[in-house]
Amino acid sequence: MAQALLEMHGITKTFPGVRALDNVNLTVQEGEIHAIVGENGAGKSTLMNVLSGVWPYGTYEGDIFFDGRECRFLNIKDSEKLGIVIIHQELALVPYLSIGENMFLGNEQTGFGGINWDLTYSNAQKHMQEVGLEESPRTLIKDIGVGKQQLVEIAKALAKNVRLLILDEPTSSLNDEDSINLLNLLKKFREERGITSIMISHKLNEIAYVADKITVIRDGSTIETLDNRAGGVSEARIIKGMVGREMVDRFPKRVPAIGDMALQVFDWTVYHPLYTERKVVNGVSINVRRGEVVGIAGLIGAGRTELCQSLFGRAYGSKISGTLKKDGKELLLNSPAEAIAHGFAYITENRKGDGLVLTDSIVHNITLSRLELVSRRGVIDKDHERHAAEDYRGRLTIRTPDVEQTVGNLSGGNQQKVLLGKWMFSMPDIMMLDEPTRGVDVGAKYEIYSIINDLVSQGKAVLMISSELPELLGMCDRIYVMVEGRIVGEMPRAQATQENIMDLIMQASKRGQTTWVN
Amino acid sequence: MGKLKAAFSKNLKQFVMLIALVVIIVFFQVLTRGTLLKPMNVFNLVNQNAYVVILAAGMLICILTGGNIDLSAGSVVAFVGACAGTFMITWKWDPYLSVALCLLIGLAIGMWHGFWIAYVRIPAFIVTLSGQLIFRGLTLIVLKGLTLAPFPKAFSALSTGAIGNFMGFLDPGSGLRNFTSLVIGVILAAALVAVQLKQRADRKRKGYSYDGLASTLLRSLVIAAALIYFFYLLANYTGTPVVLITVGIVLMIYSYLTSKTVMGRHLYAVGGNEKAARLSGVKTNKIMFLAYVNMSFLAAVAGLVFAARLNSSSPQAGTGFELDAIGACFIGGASAYGGIGTVGGTLIGALIMGVLNNGMSIMGISIDLQQVVKGLVLLAAVAFDVISKQKISFSFLPKLASRKKAA
Repeated sequence: MAQALLEMHGITKTFPGVRALDNVNLTVQEGEIHAIVGENGAGKSTLMNVLSGVWPYGTYEGDIFFDGRECRFLNIKDSEKLGIVIIHQELALVPYLSIGENMFLGNEQTGFGGINWDLTYSNAQKHMQEVGLEESPRTLIKDIGVGKQQLVEIAKALAKNVRLLILDEPTSSLNDEDSINLLNLLKKFREERGITSIMISHKLNEIAYVADKITVIRDGSTIETLDNRAGGVSEARIIKGMVGREMVDRFPKRVPAIGDMALQVFDWTVYHPLYTERKVVNGVSINVRRGEVVGIAGLIGAGRTELCQSLFGRAYGSKISGTLKKDGKELLLNSPAEAIAHGFAYITENRKGDGLVLTDSIVHNITLSRLELVSRRGVIDKDHERHAAEDYRGRLTIRTPDVEQTVGNLSGGNQQKVLLGKWMFSMPDIMMLDEPTRGVDVGAKYEIYSIINDLVSQGKAVLMISSELPELLGMCDRIYVMVEGRIVGEMPRAQATQENIMDLIMQASKRGQTTWVN
Repeated sequence: MGKLKAAFSKNLKQFVMLIALVVIIVFFQVLTRGTLLKPMNVFNLVNQNAYVVILAAGMLICILTGGNIDLSAGSVVAFVGACAGTFMITWKWDPYLSVALCLLIGLAIGMWHGFWIAYVRIPAFIVTLSGQLIFRGLTLIVLKGLTLAPFPKAFSALSTGAIGNFMGFLDPGSGLRNFTSLVIGVILAAALVAVQLKQRADRKRKGYSYDGLASTLLRSLVIAAALIYFFYLLANYTGTPVVLITVGIVLMIYSYLTSKTVMGRHLYAVGGNEKAARLSGVKTNKIMFLAYVNMSFLAAVAGLVFAARLNSSSPQAGTGFELDAIGACFIGGASAYGGIGTVGGTLIGALIMGVLNNGMSIMGISIDLQQVVKGLVLLAAVAFDVISKQKISFSFLPKLASRKKAA
């Protein structure tokens, strides 16, 4: 048995309100490809960030041993010195610099008096050959496709004398051909140079193809490590490890009282706002009734957020086509303002990025989308406004001494409630909730579920995106499954199980009907 | 107590700046052996700084939308002054018509800037830098490089000199040169106290949280006393400067706009998080557009005020004014990233700059050194803001500590 290259013992990492990792153990042998699988939010990326020094020593509990030596990384540089290189899902390349410049960014090939460009480009060429990238090292990053960009990242890792390569969802934005190339490259590195890799991925077929060991993480804990050296670990076996959890009363009960059709969407197609030949949402037809919670399941990048945002007054995308009906009447919504006026609400998955004004108070955030409800002829009635905010603070149990509190100072769960309060205040008929419990602790989740149940019992229609399958199964009356911009399935709550949803997703991704132009 | 503390820490920057202003006033009062607060000097101080306050109100609006500044303000001041001179002095047009035309020119310039910034999405820095060059150049063209003077009396009267002593008959023999000024001061102070008390009573009646009577009274009485003292000083000289009317109206309109209206709230939202604002139905482009239309409009107002004070249209008028206005906003607590800042704070910032200028001039400190001091004050104010927000933990310290532990 080879020497253990990496051992992580009892890693625990908490964020305010959330325990992201709970006593995680991971052992990686030299020269193996080790896959880490788990649902979104299970803690995979956090674990890798601990390992690579993104979260410095002291911000987590537990020990890391690399090559038998204890490591206390304070930043990424420290871990890179030992040859641990992480490649994130979002590639960290500068689009307007060349391949060679990117490859040696932060690691510049300097000679006397500055950068030695001849050395830079000849070294770049060498590493590019190792990964089979046929481009000039002087080509700008923006001019090559995503697949090649991924190769540049790997070449960049090679330039740092990598011993342990960590790839976070390396194939999530690649088409099938590029994906298989990448996986074969990893195998080649393992055979020829003994490079150890850790790969995080949702694509179970790829994992079964390439991994020697598979570690399953669920709810921040390691569940099991499967040995796949002889092959033979089935996807079904992995799924069982990923989703097999008990569900006892994690969701408040609701008696469905489903009414008339509220939202109907026919043949909705959306293209990417910048790469206008890339289809992001492809001929989607869905509907939601009053009093109904409808879920959209799918992996990150399936186009669920883009679908909802494009429905919300075309806040996303270009060349949008399709029909949108509310209460049987066709609507043409050209801006979020029009959508709000017609009773739509879109509660974003990214509360900090595009949901809340963090520098502003709770009151100001809650009333922002419908200020006309607390103002007359453009003048705000501040007392009325405050009263309304106090009302939502009470109803949503937002824990804060004062509604004048700056939102940026609140915990994640409370911020999420402010965001919900903001859109409840706008008096919508149709609420689109995008990952409504992301980064929220278990207690606050329950409260948010109760609020959602409350809203539908008032006759509102709720369309909910979630990457946590148990949440969809616990909350929804009906679930659509979305893969690569298309709806590939629809099932009532009674028929839906985690296994058959996962199965549907995997089947559809395997078919690989990629519609992107790369 | 806890509430007081919370209110204090929330307005920390403004409290600190207010205290800084008082300290600076006392400091120069001592160093200039009392010259700073001599009635004549206070009168001059108001006249010298009126344009900065007007410009700073507009600049604040731009800064709120996301830390955008307007570099063209000084050139627009000059250009509008040049137009005013041409209309009234060269072409002998009616002063009122000329003023109206000048304000329209200001609006048009603002639309020009706003179009490029809001709808074409060219960074404000670049559009207004280009505006700075364009309108300085146009000023020179309009004036042919010469200075036009003097303006007709009717025009100068709009913003120079003092309000006459029309209430002098009330004077019981106080020996003041302009008793009316004191009356104005007392009326304003009384109105202020009354408004504060009424607001408190309203909140109490409607069942909202309200401050204690003592703290409300103390706060309003301190401000009222400062107001009365200010007008008393002016009463000892020629009286209340006419320009104070314009400045007062601008301050009132803009503090109302920013704190009480939907439009104002949208300004803060756009600056605080433009994406969130857009998804909340705020027409972000329109807000950006209006901010710049407004800026150039106020630059036109300032241009008229400044031309009237100099009683001439000069090609070099207004050079560097935009920097004074920007400085006033940042010293007054506006965030360089947008979304944070108040009209009150900006006024304090402008006063700090004004008193520094004036105090140092009285002391005979050279202009060169004055600039150094102003630069340092600006940096100190913003650094204070940034550091107090980050609760800076100079990031290398924990690193050093853990190195030692590891060793």
